[in-house]
Amino acid sequence: MTTDQRIQPLRLQGTVPRLPGDQLQAPEPRLGTGNKIRNTTVLVILGAAVLLAALFSAGVGQMQISVAEILASISHRLGLDWGVLPEHPHAESALWAIRFPRVLMAIIVGAALAAAGVMMQGVFGNPLAEPSVVGVSSGAAAFACTSIALGLTFFGQWTTVVAAFIGGLVATTLVYLTARHGGRTEVVTLVLTGVAINAIAGAVIALMTFLGDTSAREEIIFWQLGSLNGTLWINVGIAGPIALAGILLAFTTTRKLDLLALGERPARHLGVNVERLRKQVIVVVAFLTSAAVAFAGIIGFVGLVVPHILRMALGPGHRMLLPASVLGGALLMLAADTTARTLVANADLPIGMLTALVGGPFFFWLIRRTRRGAGGWS
Amino acid sequence: MTAPIMQVCAAELSLGGHKILDRIDLQLFPGEVVVLVGPNGAGKSTLLSAMSGDEGLDAGDILLAGKPLADWDVKQLSRVRAVQTQESRVSFAFTGEDVVRMGRAPWAGTAEEELDEMVVANALRSTESGSLAPRTVQTLSGGEKARVAFARVLAQETRIIMLDEPTAPMDIRYQEQLMTTVHHRTREGATAIVVLHDLSLAAAYADRIVLLQAGRIKAVGTPSEVLTAQNLQDVYRYPVSVVQHPESGGVIITPLRPHLQPSKIREEELI
Repeated sequence: MTTDQRIQPLRLQGTVPRLPGDQLQAPEPRLGTGNKIRNTTVLVILGAAVLLAALFSAGVGQMQISVAEILASISHRLGLDWGVLPEHPHAESALWAIRFPRVLMAIIVGAALAAAGVMMQGVFGNPLAEPSVVGVSSGAAAFACTSIALGLTFFGQWTTVVAAFIGGLVATTLVYLTARHGGRTEVVTLVLTGVAINAIAGAVIALMTFLGDTSAREEIIFWQLGSLNGTLWINVGIAGPIALAGILLAFTTTRKLDLLALGERPARHLGVNVERLRKQVIVVVAFLTSAAVAFAGIIGFVGLVVPHILRMALGPGHRMLLPASVLGGALLMLAADTTARTLVANADLPIGMLTALVGGPFFFWLIRRTRRGAGGWS
Repeated sequence: MTAPIMQVCAAELSLGGHKILDRIDLQLFPGEVVVLVGPNGAGKSTLLSAMSGDEGLDAGDILLAGKPLADWDVKQLSRVRAVQTQESRVSFAFTGEDVVRMGRAPWAGTAEEELDEMVVANALRSTESGSLAPRTVQTLSGGEKARVAFARVLAQETRIIMLDEPTAPMDIRYQEQLMTTVHHRTREGATAIVVLHDLSLAAAYADRIVLLQAGRIKAVGTPSEVLTAQNLQDVYRYPVSVVQHPESGGVIITPLRPHLQPSKIREEELI
């Protein structure tokens, strides 16, 4: 027999060797088939919700602009003269200079953070792994702050995001090397690693606040609270492609992440190059986190809450979980940002505070649940 | 005689300064069930993980289809051999069906993918795990998890199957069923290498038995050649009795328990 023949499958026949004591035929296995329709429906609904939330978010604020006016404004920019332009003289400029970039940034940040959460949870095999919890966000923020405070401009407009990327990469690698042992992640080590990295990053950020001049200091404080206030088109133009690249790279790993749920050895037995997957995921997480952190600061728990809720609704398969989380993250972020700027009149609440306010208690609940549930702690 | 599909030549492996495998020579041929037995720490699982490509050797070679194992691509390897590890824990709430379907991953992107549904159904049927398919694996009992894991191994449709104590958490029915399926697969041309602790089960289903002791092969051959009272007493350091069952003719290996009082069960109650 040649090698080629050996890598042909040995067909598994349906004939079951009958055992003595077989009285009745075992029922035919029924395979789930309805899931595809359900999953597609969920994706379509989530997508539609993101669009509606984006339109709504662009409309509300100190100046109310109706959905029809927003659509008209967009169509005019596209060279189509549909609908009636907004009445208010400043509506056009408010939409195009302030609201649209902010709405787009909310979508980018939410999608990136949720996708980063899915990736980290997949590679650690644990629902508690999340960029802000394990310190990846603050690692990225520490590097970005350093670039701001020291006035570094190696890469022009891209300097902050590049610094955030390097910080994210360092933090993710550090977490991985510390918390992963013998092919499994110990949750205690994972969370403690997060504590350590958050502490170091916090110290770096504090130092940079101390060293920086007044404007740098203000910028850094904005980081720690997390906000989409003052988003510029140029920021969207930088964060968008990076987040998109991260999400596209993430899509290439989904099937392998499913297999990794069996453990590293079984995943290897099923043809996954675990070493390569690991490196891929670390880079992807750094991409996604830096895209989110560079211009919006530390916004926690999005990567924790969104994948978890969707996992309960859709099951843990990453091929569905990832696109659904991308949309769900965008939706959550749009909702959070709209709340942040409309909850208190004439005030722009820090969005990181809002997500932590909701996400913190959720994290508590998740810890309790994971501890009780099967196989949670290791 | 056909050519061996796997050859282990003078394999040596130390872990933590302790020699786990000591000059092991073994050949596997298509169509046979080879069972590894031996006391705790004899190197059974380590030998299996070396043969599956998880552990590299310190010295010696393992050849798969004539090619060194280290030269095999991970993907190609997954189409040739399937492995069931002792532990079958799954992160996240994947269902039994999800897990069995994962066994099809090596064939994704090939023409074989079209047969996924049929193969998954057959694997579930062969392990009587149809009722476990919609259930979350994390909520299954140890024996049920092992059945799902075995169904996944079958769904991989490989020519070599490596099983590390697959029957340990199973009840009698599923132990027999698993070994019957393994036997059946080898008659179709597969090669199976199985670590077992249950010597009677090994005696019933093995074509060849490899008795390991402290990283060396103590004896290799047919069950009746290897599983002698003398061999087993030497290796396990416990008196055992090898008897033939009056009805089935099968070999039963049972520990003698001289330190216990003679059983008070009356003669006629024994079958």
